[in-house]
Amino acid sequence: MGFLDVLLGRTKPVQPKLDDLFALPSAAIQLQAALGFTPTGSGSVCFRAVEGKTFADIQQEVRELLDTDNSRPGGAGGLPVEVTKDSFGYTWLISNHMSDEVDTLVTDLHAVNSALVDNGFGPQLLCTMVAFADESHRRMALVYLYKRGTFYPFAPRDGSGQQRDNALELQVKGVLGDDLKIEPDLTKWMALWGAPGL
Amino acid sequence: MATRTRYAPDRGLTVRMTATMFFLGLVFVAFVAALIGILVATKQSAGLIVFVAVVFGGGAAFISLFYSDKIALSAAGAQVVTPQQAPELHGIVDRLCALADMDKPRVAIAPTRMPNAFATGRNSKNSVLCVTEGMLQLGLTKDELEGVLAHELSHVAHKDVQVMTVAGLLGIVAGLLVRFAFYSELFGGGRRGGNNGNAALLIPLIMLVSIVVYAVSFVLIRMLSRYRELAADRSGALLTGHPSALASALQKVSGSMSRIPNEDLRKAAPMSAFYFAPAMKLTRGGNGPGGDRLANLFSTHPSLEKRIEQLAKIQAQLNDTTPGAKGLR
Repeated sequence: MGFLDVLLGRTKPVQPKLDDLFALPSAAIQLQAALGFTPTGSGSVCFRAVEGKTFADIQQEVRELLDTDNSRPGGAGGLPVEVTKDSFGYTWLISNHMSDEVDTLVTDLHAVNSALVDNGFGPQLLCTMVAFADESHRRMALVYLYKRGTFYPFAPRDGSGQQRDNALELQVKGVLGDDLKIEPDLTKWMALWGAPGL
Repeated sequence: MATRTRYAPDRGLTVRMTATMFFLGLVFVAFVAALIGILVATKQSAGLIVFVAVVFGGGAAFISLFYSDKIALSAAGAQVVTPQQAPELHGIVDRLCALADMDKPRVAIAPTRMPNAFATGRNSKNSVLCVTEGMLQLGLTKDELEGVLAHELSHVAHKDVQVMTVAGLLGIVAGLLVRFAFYSELFGGGRRGGNNGNAALLIPLIMLVSIVVYAVSFVLIRMLSRYRELAADRSGALLTGHPSALASALQKVSGSMSRIPNEDLRKAAPMSAFYFAPAMKLTRGGNGPGGDRLANLFSTHPSLEKRIEQLAKIQAQLNDTTPGAKGLR
């Protein structure tokens, strides 16, 4: 924020950075090779829906777009897009694919992003999450923060309330440090308890 | 890239705020000029009391800015809470900060029954966002609570504590000068008056100028404070995308505030400038519209009607479907 913005008490809504999301497929390969984590095929976009019909219409459009996309021949097998609202009022659009189709998944997620940005709702995008699991069913997600254009890992521990597996998260950070822009400020590694698709 | 924006700035508010700050600066310059003029005309070196007033005023302002988070927390008796202690509150703040791409302030809860919230701190790294227990027990929906927190986060983003401290400096210095001049008149006036005929005029003149400056800057600062509140409402509503949730939170908070006994409220009055809603309504001068206008002039917060009206406008703006729409105003 500039000096003038401070003086006049206004905030410019932050536009999302979208391009770095495409680094995800190569990072997924790296993650599998180094730590044995494979994508579950589930990915989601999380945004804060704006009240009113305009936004609801756009959201519906995006959903239909993704659904028709998935059911086309040679497409991803017709798994529909799920929409859920979390307890904080944020909307999650969840796209499900086969686990080896990270490319298509990222394309799907990008379609949601660009639809919102094109309609002027880019500042409402919060994060995107791609879920991973290893053979012992440990869960982990790579979360992309739109406003910063960086990734961070989020690994909830099983059954112990709201506990994060920080060791695993830091391991992932070490492995992917060269492939992905990992968020350097650890305080921004927001906990996403009960995130759908994880 | 020509992405259209639904977040058009409010030109009217910007102009009004700029004008207020301009007049505040003007008063400051006029004040300094008048002081120098008086001192030169009376051939007096009362520079000392002016100097002391500036140093004291500046020092007090700097200290209150530097320790604003600690002072506010201890004044409110608030405790900083961890994400484990208040997962819901932290969850909302986490998400809002990620949406707005800003540093997360510390989160605190004050054991007060009056529903309110405030944010303070000298910079974004040292800021703290405090919510009273009354606010959490008011039965706000999550959307409404989010609106309140977004309003407070906007205060942090707009650096309102810093801006208002600088703006308030003038008033503090003028107020101190009145007091100093009064005391020196009381204790030293007779001695000096014997030496120089002009000196007898000096102290009352400084007092008079200071009183005028104090009064004018007081009104201007209150005006600025109201504009900053509107700006925070606006940024907060745009951040969450739910202006009506903020409006209904405002209604609930101010509705329940008037039902609470006065004693609690008076204690909270000094903190009022940083609160979500004014802690104490000024005594209304009569029932006529003129009396209301006078009360509004000295209020730190805009009237509920004005705030809700603005939020309704933002709501319309967010839902504008005409291509290339620039909002209502």
